[in-house]
Amino acid sequence: MKKKIISASILICFFTASAYALSEAYKNNIYNPGELKPIDSVLKVKVGQVAPDFTLKAVSRKIISLKDYYGKKNIVISFVPAAWTPVCSDQWPGYNIVKDIFDNYDSILLGITVDNIPTLYSWTNQMGKLWFEVLSDFWPHGAVAEKFGVLRSDGVAERALFVIDKKGIIRYIDVHNINQRPPLEELIRELEKLD
Amino acid sequence: MTRKISRLFMLIFLLLTAEIVSASEIGPPQVGGVLPEIELLKPDNPVELKYLGLSGGGFFKINQIKADVAIIEIFSMYCPYCQGEAPHINNLFALIENNPAYKNKIKIIGIGINNSIFETNIFKKKYKIKFPLIPDGDFKLHKIIGEVRTPYFIVVKLKGAKTEVIYSKLGALGDNKVFIEQIVKSSGLK
Repeated sequence: MKKKIISASILICFFTASAYALSEAYKNNIYNPGELKPIDSVLKVKVGQVAPDFTLKAVSRKIISLKDYYGKKNIVISFVPAAWTPVCSDQWPGYNIVKDIFDNYDSILLGITVDNIPTLYSWTNQMGKLWFEVLSDFWPHGAVAEKFGVLRSDGVAERALFVIDKKGIIRYIDVHNINQRPPLEELIRELEKLD
Repeated sequence: MTRKISRLFMLIFLLLTAEIVSASEIGPPQVGGVLPEIELLKPDNPVELKYLGLSGGGFFKINQIKADVAIIEIFSMYCPYCQGEAPHINNLFALIENNPAYKNKIKIIGIGINNSIFETNIFKKKYKIKFPLIPDGDFKLHKIIGEVRTPYFIVVKLKGAKTEVIYSKLGALGDNKVFIEQIVKSSGLK
């Protein structure tokens, strides 16, 4: 009986989540994984702590280290679970039109998934020209997501936002329900709080 | 107790499924058909309210727009194609507003699917959009109009007993002048 209840719940939620990534830009190329467990990891960092440093390859072919920005820019890290999935495809294109807001708060954005570079290249090309770096945490698989404690048990990252100030201190964490897009206004409010 | 919970879940599931199946069965509004009745949040900007011929707060229906024809753009701030199409729709708006034959007779609104007011305002500011953008934060309107992809354009005739659909199409509008000629002809606008 419990199984039936769970199945019914999953079906209900699947239909609710399926309305993301409606843009014709993606046509029929979006894979819908259905409703997933909202959060499936345990954070390893907390607000007030120095963010763990990392170095990753970007789609732009640059090698990006977190520490490169220390003393220069505030950093927003946006982990998203996977390329070519509904909610993820409906998140970064919104960030792509608010560069001026990030600039106002002297902030940059780093997008990270555990997909490999060719996949990220192909996927993000559908979003138009992105102003922010998109990094691949593919190999060692999910190592950076694991450092932050946002690697899920199925090997994808959580949908998580980290705001890190110029000193490298984590100022905000939102490990969001993977099935929903984090409200942009909340992120902007957190950027407003930065010095 | 378990049986009761199970029945409750099944009831919720059936209700939701019925709603969703009916939306997908209905599909997008068809040319020649009637636009399903939708209630939209009135803009809080007095200029936009005046543009629509409305006053006060609360909600409005499409057939309350003071015009002969309404162009409805279904979009999302997060949709790359909608972002790309925005300057083109601004040009359409300018063509209409600068032509005395069309000004006050053809009005444009946008409905931002799964967008909050904050998000539609960002889109408006980014692309300097002068026509009203109405948020549909919870997909409520989106379900009623057949869960179309974006950008999607619906044009309706507002004069007459029914809000008749005269254009319903996914994707870019193409040549704005050709589009205007088409809707003027279809609507019988003089």
